[in-house]
Amino acid sequence: MSLLHLVIILPLLFSILMIFFKRVQRVHTGWFVLPLPILLFIYFLSLLPVTSSRETVTEAINWIPSLGINFTAKADGLGLLFALLITGIGALVVFYSIYYLDKAKEKLPSFYVYLLLFMGAMLGVVLSDNLIVMYAFWELTSFSSFLLIGYWYDREASRYGAQKSMLITVFGGLAMLGGIILLYIMTGTFSITEIVGNSDQLYQHSLFIPSMLCILLGAFTKSAQFPFYIWLPDAMEAPTPVSAYLHSATMVKAGIYLVARFTPVFGESGFWFWLVGGVGLITLTWGSVFAVKQTDLKGILAFSTVSQLGLIMSLLGVGSAALHYEALDDNIFLVATSAAIFHLINHATFKGSLFMAVGMIDHETGTRDIRKLGGLMPFMPITFTVSIIGAFSMAGLPPFNGFLSKEMFFTGMVRVTEMDIFNLGTWGILFPVIAWIASVFTFLYSMILIFKTFTGNYQPEKLDKKPHEAPLGMLIPPVILVSLVIIFGFFPNLLSDSLISPAMAAVLPSLIGTGEEFMVHISFWHGINIELFMTLGVVVLGIILYRTLPKWKGVYKKIPERFSLFRFYDRLLESSQSGSYRLTSSYMTGSIHSYLVYIFAFFIFILAATLIGQDAFKLDTVNVSSIGIYEWVLALFVVAGSISILFVKSRMTAIILLGAVGYTVSLFYVLFRAPDLALTQLVIETISVALFLVCFYHLPKLRQYETRIRFKLTNALISVGVGAIVTVIALSAHSNKLFDSISQFYVENTYEKAAGQNMVNVILVDFRGFDTLFEITVLAIASLGIYGMIKLRGNGRKEG
Amino acid sequence: MKKTNNIILETSLKALLFFIVLYSVYIFTAGHYYPGGGFIGGLMTAGAIVLLLITYDIKTVQRILPVNYRIITAIGLLLAIGTSASSLLFHVPFLTHRFTHVELPVLGEISLHTATLFDLGVYFVVVGVTMTIIQTIGEDE
Repeated sequence: MSLLHLVIILPLLFSILMIFFKRVQRVHTGWFVLPLPILLFIYFLSLLPVTSSRETVTEAINWIPSLGINFTAKADGLGLLFALLITGIGALVVFYSIYYLDKAKEKLPSFYVYLLLFMGAMLGVVLSDNLIVMYAFWELTSFSSFLLIGYWYDREASRYGAQKSMLITVFGGLAMLGGIILLYIMTGTFSITEIVGNSDQLYQHSLFIPSMLCILLGAFTKSAQFPFYIWLPDAMEAPTPVSAYLHSATMVKAGIYLVARFTPVFGESGFWFWLVGGVGLITLTWGSVFAVKQTDLKGILAFSTVSQLGLIMSLLGVGSAALHYEALDDNIFLVATSAAIFHLINHATFKGSLFMAVGMIDHETGTRDIRKLGGLMPFMPITFTVSIIGAFSMAGLPPFNGFLSKEMFFTGMVRVTEMDIFNLGTWGILFPVIAWIASVFTFLYSMILIFKTFTGNYQPEKLDKKPHEAPLGMLIPPVILVSLVIIFGFFPNLLSDSLISPAMAAVLPSLIGTGEEFMVHISFWHGINIELFMTLGVVVLGIILYRTLPKWKGVYKKIPERFSLFRFYDRLLESSQSGSYRLTSSYMTGSIHSYLVYIFAFFIFILAATLIGQDAFKLDTVNVSSIGIYEWVLALFVVAGSISILFVKSRMTAIILLGAVGYTVSLFYVLFRAPDLALTQLVIETISVALFLVCFYHLPKLRQYETRIRFKLTNALISVGVGAIVTVIALSAHSNKLFDSISQFYVENTYEKAAGQNMVNVILVDFRGFDTLFEITVLAIASLGIYGMIKLRGNGRKEG
Repeated sequence: MKKTNNIILETSLKALLFFIVLYSVYIFTAGHYYPGGGFIGGLMTAGAIVLLLITYDIKTVQRILPVNYRIITAIGLLLAIGTSASSLLFHVPFLTHRFTHVELPVLGEISLHTATLFDLGVYFVVVGVTMTIIQTIGEDE
C-alpha cells in the first residue's frame, strides 16, 4: 500500500476512531478531526510540482485482479485540483463546525464519522483510475451525503430531503454503473487511462451513445443539473457546514469531475457538445431565474449553486469543441475549458464563504428568512464584509476572482459563434445570449442576498435573538476563503501554472504533445471588447431590475405550481407508490382460486405456444395397439364417474364416486398386467376414501349445506384447456418416440444380478432403491406432520 | 353409551385376523418373486390392526398391542438406511445388495438377500405411518 492509497483510506480509517472520542466530553470532537484534512492538504500540495511538470503519480493495489478490478490510485492535474479543494475546504469546514455545532446538544461523533466517510469517499472518486472503484466511492459519497442531510433526523424536512437526494443520486449512480459496464464491453478494461488511450476506436461503436448517456445521467444527477437539481434545495436541511462542504464545494462537483474526466473519451462527438453545453446552459438560466424567487438565504444559495454548476458544465461542453480544432496553432477555443476549471476553484471559494456567512447569520439571529432580516450591517460587520466580497465575486464584479472567470465565460460563449461545427452557424448565437440573461439574474440574486440582509430596516421584533457578531473561530474559515477570493482576483496567474494548466492537460490530453504545456494566461484587463460591454450591460440591467423588484416579482406567482419540478417529483413518487399498490392488489387477490387460474392459464399458454411455435404436434398410429372390449368398458366407467363428480349435489356421493374411479383405475392395472400396482392402488384408495369420509364428517356445521358446483366460464375454459393440452402433448410425445426403452436391461438382469423374479419389486428395492428410501421418508414426514398438527393444536389456540 | 354386543364380529375377527396377518407376511416375504413386497405387506398388516380397532376401541387395542407407532416408523427408517449404508463398510457403493443361496436341512434351498432387510424397513415404516395417521385422527375429538 502506497502513500497515495493511505491518503484515500485514512479518512475512512479515522472515522472508526471516532467511537473512542465518544468518551471525551470536555474537548470538542472536531479538534481531533481537524489535523487530518490539514495533513492531507499539505501532502497534496507536495504533489503539485509533480503534476505541474505533467507527471502523474500512479499506484496500484490488486483487489479483484481476475475481473480487472484493482484499486489504482492516480493523481494527475485534475484529480489533484479536486483533492486540494476537498481537503482544503474540508479543513476549513471542520474548523467552522467546531464553533457551529454545540458540544453538549449535538451528537458530534456521528457527525464527524459521516463527514470523514464523505471526505474519504470523495478523495476516492477523484483519485481512482479504476472505474469500478470510482463507482464504489461514488456511491459512498451518495450514502454519506444521505446521512449528513438527515443529520437532524427528528425533523420531517431533513428526512424528506435526505430521501430525495438519495433517490435521485442513486438513480444516477446506477445509470453510471451501466455506462461503466458498457464502456467495459467496448474496451475490455476498467482503467480510465487505458480507455482514454483507446478512445479513437470508440466513436464507431454502437454502444458509444448509450454509454455516454448513462455516464452523463450519473454526472447530471450528482451535479444537480436540470431537471435533476430538485434534490439540492431540499438538501439545505443539513447543518450549514455540510451545505457549505458537500452542496457547494465538493460533492456537487463530482459530476463536473466526471464530465471533465470523460471529455477525452466522449468529447469529440457533437452529441456530447450539445448535451453537456445545452443542459449546462439551461441549468444556469433556470437556477439563476428561480434563485430570485427564494426567500430563504440557503434556498438562494442552493439555486445559485445549481446555476453556477450549470455554468461550469456548459463551459466544459463548449470546451470539448476545442478537440476539433487541433490544427490551429493558437487554439482560441481552449478558453472555455480553462474558464471552467478556473470558475470551479472560484466557485468553491466564494460559495463556501457565503454558506458560512449564512450559517453565522442563522446562528446569531435564529432565522434565515430574508423577509425577517434586514439592517444587520452594524451588528455583524465582519460577516457583512465576508458576504459582500463573496456575493460580488459571484455576481462577477471586479476586482474579485468571479469577475475574471465570468469574463472568460463570456469569451468562451462568444467564441461559440465563431465555430463552424455541429450547426453552430445557425444556433451558436443562442449561447452568448442565454449566458448573458443568466448573468443578469445572477447579479440580481447576489444583490438580493446582500442588501436584503444587511441593509434596510432592522426588524428586532421578528428575530428570536439579539444579533451580534459571530465568535472569532467561526469567522476565521470564511475570512480565509474571501482572502483567497481577493488573492485569486488580483493574482490569477498564481493558479494558472500550478493548477489550471495541469488540469487542462488531463481534460484535453490529445491536444498537447509530450513535454508541452498549455499556456494559460489570465489577464485582468484585456482591453475594450465585447465581453466588457456584456459585463457593463449585466450591471446596468441588474441594478434596474433590483430597483424595480417589488413591481415585477409577482410574475413568479403567475407560474402555476403544478408545473414545478418539485411538485412533479412528489407526484411521481406518490403515483408510483399508489400505482404499484394498485397493481399489486389487483392481481394478488389472496384467493387461491385466482392464483390457480394464473398458473393454469400460463401453463396452457406456454405449452400451446411451444407446440405451435415448434410445430411439434404429430399423430402417429403405427405403434398403437388395438383396444379391446374391457378397455372400452373400464374407460366408460372412469369417464362416467369423473363427469358425474362435477354434477352431484352431495359431497358424500362425490367421495364415493371418487372411490369408484380409483377402484376402476386398479382394474386398469389388472388389465394391463401390473399386479403390484393393482394391490397397492386398491388398499390406498380404500384408505384415502376413509380419510375423506373422516374429513367430511368433521366439516363445520355452519357451511355444511349441500350445493352443486357453480358454473363459471373461466373455470370451464381453463379446465377444458388444460385437459386438451395435456392430451395433445401425450399424443405427440407418444408419436415422437426417439429411442427404445431401457427396460430390456431389467428384464435380462433381474434374476442374474439381483436374484429376484418380481421385476417391480427388484427395481424398487435394488436397482432404484434410493428412490424408495426417500419415499418412505416422505411417508414418515407426512405421518409426523399429521401427528404434530393434531396433537399440538392446543398450543396454537393459547397463543392465538 | 351402552356397549353393543357384537359377538359375531369379535368371533369372526378371531378367526380372520390370523389369516390376514399370515397373508400379509406371505405377501411381504414373497415380494422378490411374486407380486407383493414391503409396501403392500405393511398396508395389509395395518389393515389387520384397523380391523381390530373397528371391533374394539382404541384403548383396548393399545393394551393388546402396546406399541408406539412413531417408534416403529423410526425403526423402519433406520433399518432401510442401515441396510443401505452398511454396504459402504465393504467398500462398495451405497445401497449395493448381496445375496446368496443356502441349503437348509428342513426348508431346502432358500436364498438370503439383503434387499429383504431393506424391504423390512419399508414394511415397518408403512405400518408405523398408517397406524400413526389412523390412530391420531381417531383419537382426535
